[in-house]
Order: sequence, then C-alpha cells, then structure tokens
Amino acid sequence: MITPPSGTGNMYPVIELNGVTRVYGTGTAAVGALQGIDLKIEHGEFVAVMGPSGSGKSTCMNILGCLDTPTSGAYRFKGIEVGKLSRDQRALLRRHYLGFVFQGFNLLNRTSALENVELPLIYRGTPATERREMARKALASVGLNGWETHTPAELSGGQQQRVAIARAIVASPEVLFADEPTGNLDSARSREIMELMTVFNRDRGITIVMVTHDSDMASYARRIVRFMDGIIDKEEQNGS
Amino acid sequence: MFLETILIAMREIKRNVMRSSLTILGIVIGVAAVITMVTVGDGATRQVAYEISSLGSNLLDVRPGQSHRGPGGTRSGAPMFKIADAEAIERDVAGLAGVAPITGRSSQAIYGNENWATNITGSTNNFLQVRNWVLSGGRQFTDGELRAGAAVCIIGATIHKQLFGEQDPVGRTIRLEKISCQIIGEFKSKGQSGFGTDQDDFVLMPLRTVQRRIVGNNDIFSISVSAKDGVSTEKVKEDIERLLRERRHLGKKEEDDFNVRDMQEIVKTLTGTTRLLTALLGAVAAVSLLVGGIGIMNIMLVSVTERTREIGIRLAIGAMEKQVLMQFLIEAVVLSCFGGIIGIILGIAAAAAGASALKVPLILNIGIIVIAFVFSAAVGVVFGFFPARKAALLDPIEALRHE
Repeated sequence: MITPPSGTGNMYPVIELNGVTRVYGTGTAAVGALQGIDLKIEHGEFVAVMGPSGSGKSTCMNILGCLDTPTSGAYRFKGIEVGKLSRDQRALLRRHYLGFVFQGFNLLNRTSALENVELPLIYRGTPATERREMARKALASVGLNGWETHTPAELSGGQQQRVAIARAIVASPEVLFADEPTGNLDSARSREIMELMTVFNRDRGITIVMVTHDSDMASYARRIVRFMDGIIDKEEQNGS
Repeated sequence: MFLETILIAMREIKRNVMRSSLTILGIVIGVAAVITMVTVGDGATRQVAYEISSLGSNLLDVRPGQSHRGPGGTRSGAPMFKIADAEAIERDVAGLAGVAPITGRSSQAIYGNENWATNITGSTNNFLQVRNWVLSGGRQFTDGELRAGAAVCIIGATIHKQLFGEQDPVGRTIRLEKISCQIIGEFKSKGQSGFGTDQDDFVLMPLRTVQRRIVGNNDIFSISVSAKDGVSTEKVKEDIERLLRERRHLGKKEEDDFNVRDMQEIVKTLTGTTRLLTALLGAVAAVSLLVGGIGIMNIMLVSVTERTREIGIRLAIGAMEKQVLMQFLIEAVVLSCFGGIIGIILGIAAAAAGASALKVPLILNIGIIVIAFVFSAAVGVVFGFFPARKAALLDPIEALRHE
C-alpha cells in the first residue's frame, strides 16, 4: 500500500497538477492531448470538468484517476508523485484512495448488486462478513435497500448508476472520479444521482471530480474547470 | 490476497456455467479417454494372463516338429511321440506334478437329432490335473476303462449346452464317429481362452480308446507336462529336451525335431503385447487430453476478449496485474481440475461399461487416475497462462472503453 508522507495531514492538496502534458504517439504523428495543465484541488471540493470533445478533459481525468501518467510535468496525489509510481503501485493508490463512476455504469454482468459493491473490498482484503455488511450499508446509502440480489440486467439505468456509486464509495475513498455519470440517464434520474453525489461530498467529505457536458449537472459543483484544446480555458466558482 | 483471488475466480466460474462447461469439455473427454483406455487395457492384460494360466499352472507343452516352423508345419518329417516317450518323461525328469499324453482329432458328436462339430481328445486322468480341469458332475476314468480303452467320455460345457440343453448328460450315450460312448462326467466351464477359442468345446476319452477306435494309430500328438510349484519350468524344459534328444538319437549338430513350449513364456509375450497395446491407446487418448488443453486456452482467450471490460473495471478498482493474472490462471486451473474430476468419473464409468462388455475384469489403476488428474491441472496452468497474461497486461483505459 502506498502511504502519503507521514504527518502531512492535509498539508498537501489532494490533487496538484503542475505543467502536466500528455502526448499520444511519437514524432510527426504526435498529438498533444494536454498541453500544460496546472490544477489544484483541495480536500472536500466538488469540481466539475467541462469542455467539448477532444478538449483533453478525458485524458486529464485518466491521469487524475491514476490510470495514465503524464508525458511531462508532475501530478501529485496527496503529495505523492504519481508519475514515478509503477503500474501496481498506482493500482494500490486507486484501491485505497479512489472511487470511480462511469457513464456506462460498468458493473459486472450476471453479478448481484451486493457482489458488485463488494468488489473493491475484496481487493482490499476486507473479511467476508465485514465486507458484506459494508456493501449492504453502501447500497442502503444510495437508496437500494432490498435490491442486493438483483443483477444489473434486472435494474434500471438509474439504479445501476446508484450501484456504481455505492461501489465507488463503499471503501470510503478520498476522491470520487465521475466520468459523465448522468450521460445515459434522463433528467429526473440525473438529478437524483447528482443529489446523491452532493450528499456524499457534503456529509462524508469525499472530494468529487466530475466530467460533464451538461451545465445543469455542473451547477451542482462548487467549482467548474473548463477545458479547451488541451489547456484549462477558465475556472469559475459557482455562486450559490 | 490469494484466497480473495480464488474466491473471485470461483464466482466467475459459477456465473458462467455454460461457458465453463464448454471450456472443460475437451479435458473431460481427454481424461475420460485416457482412463477408459488404460483401465480396459489393464483388465484385458490381466484377463489374458488369467486365461492362459487357467490352461494349467507351470504347464509345458511338448510337440513333435520344429518350433520355428510355427503351428501347421509341426508334423512334417518329425517322428510322432509314442506312449513310451510320455512314460520316460514321467520317470526320468524331476520335479513334475503330472504328465498327460494327448492325441485326438476333430469330429462330430451326435445325440438324438442334435449334432455338433467338436474335438475328440484322448488322454489320461492326468489331463485334468495338468490342464487345470475340474469336474462339475460325474467322475474320472477308472484304471480299467483306461487300460481297456472303454467307450466312455467326459464332455466339455459347450457339448452339454449344444446337445443336451437343460438335461443332465451324465449317464447318457452320444455317438462319436462309429462308436457309442457313455458320458461319465462333465467339465466345469472355463470359457473363452486368451486366444479367442472356446476351451469348453471338446470331449475327453481314454487315450487308448481314441488311439484304437478313432485315430487308428498309436501316436501321441502332444505331451502336456506340469511342473511342481516352485520348480523352475526353465529347468524342466531343459531336462525334457535333453531326454527327448537322447531318445530320438539326435546328434550334436542336429536340431531338435520337437519343441517344448513353456506357457509362462507365452503368458509373458501375450501380456507384453496387450500392455504395449494399452500404452498405445493411452498415448492416443493423451493426445486428446492435449487437444482438450488447447481447447481451454482457446476459450480462455476468447473469454479474455469478451471480458475485457470486466478486466478494465477490476484494474480501475485497484486490482494489481498479478491478481488479474492469478484470477484467470486459477479459473483455468479450477476449470481443468474440475474437468479432470468429471473426466475421471466418466472414465471409470466408461471403463466399467467397457470391461463388462468385453468381459474383462475392472482393475482401477490409481496411478493413471492420479496422473490424469495432475496432467489436467498442469494443462490448466500451461494453457491458462497465456490468456491470463494477456488479461493482466491490458491497459485499463482501453479495457474500459471496450464494447
């Protein structure tokens, strides 16, 4: 397991990007998806990342989620430089500090809601009874009491996304990354999901970074970061 | 961590019963084939050995003619034995349990309207002991009958079945060639011999009766000799050969004009042949096990592609490379072990069916069962590794995007 420098507390921001670039391909075919990003996200923030397709926001999310590493520049997660970690070390970082919610839900098929939510705990090595209890509580916290044994195919889109959120927060992550979490849902379902996320952000202090196209959804966030052509075009605070 | 990985692998197998059963089908068939072949083969080997030993324990067969001419060519030129030869062997060779001079020929046995082509054998009561025959009814020849060449006979089980059906034949009279012959006894059935001939299809008459009234000469067709337990048949064979060379006045440079066959040698040759055959069949079956392994690899590879997104999810959630590798490897090993177990059960069932169909004893070879199982597990490791590695090395971002 990767631990941040001891005694640091919240001395470091959760996320800190300094001049991060990401180039795909080499030579003349090289495409710079990110061209120097500076970004700082503090504990407990709710940040929406917006921008048109190809603006680099997905690339940036992959780097923030420790699924990818910068070509140059530094990404520090709680003070740890992620670019210098091995693949497995980054897996451990994700396991212990990060949660993911995807546009396509990405639940395991033919697998009950409870077992889907248990998944991150299995990799953490949580004992079975404790694991089941935690998963049940997480499902309850997203309003899916009594749906434990249903498989994704038996759940509506909104319910599937709730299961995905339960899976993302069951291990109490530091940061929840949501990639267009409402992209496949109607507006009523979308608002429910956003409210759930707001609750987790406010009550549990989970930092949320969310990519969205929809400015209604972005309005739930306290800060909006707009990408354009591989750089951060502008940042704005939500008034509310 | 290892336990968790096993748990994950087991869950995945359980979730996909159809895919899992298709995956293991090759292994199941391979293991079942190996076990069936080897078990039936072992049974056949045992059966051959048993049947040959039922001809008589420590049996030596002495015939005129040269051994390398093969059967059929034996009589040409070489003088036949006489009763004195058998008596000389009995008198001069040490360590014998019995000597039976034998003559005979094929003929018809007639009872009422029934008629059956069979073999008439002429010998003494020693024949029973030397060739391991037991009476199921009636009695042996009396000395008087043997000396006088009386028209009496002991019949084999096949004659009973063909001519008398359910009736008790003892005391009745059958016609053999021109003589009416009283049945005084009946042999207990031995069934088919290892060579595929019916051992029960013969009529035994006193030697003298057959010589005088059936064959019409004083020749002895062969002499069956049995050595006492613990006496080397090798030694007895040498002694008989030396004695007969002397009696037949063969010079030092002359070849034997007779041959002494040691049944134990024949047992060895025949069981050796069946063993070789078993090994060959087992090897063919082992190839199908290998093909089964490739089947596992094939389906695991397809399964990795099909499950790319699942792998992406696991990697994103925090599975390490080696955990994904282990998951797929364990899935392959568990599947192939499971296939191995089912294959063993099926193989034993098929072997039992095959053994009873071929009338050979069912002998379970624990060694081959263990080997088949270990091999199927090894197949899982070897053929599961490549797909597992492919899964573990997937890029989580690409894998998550996979449709």
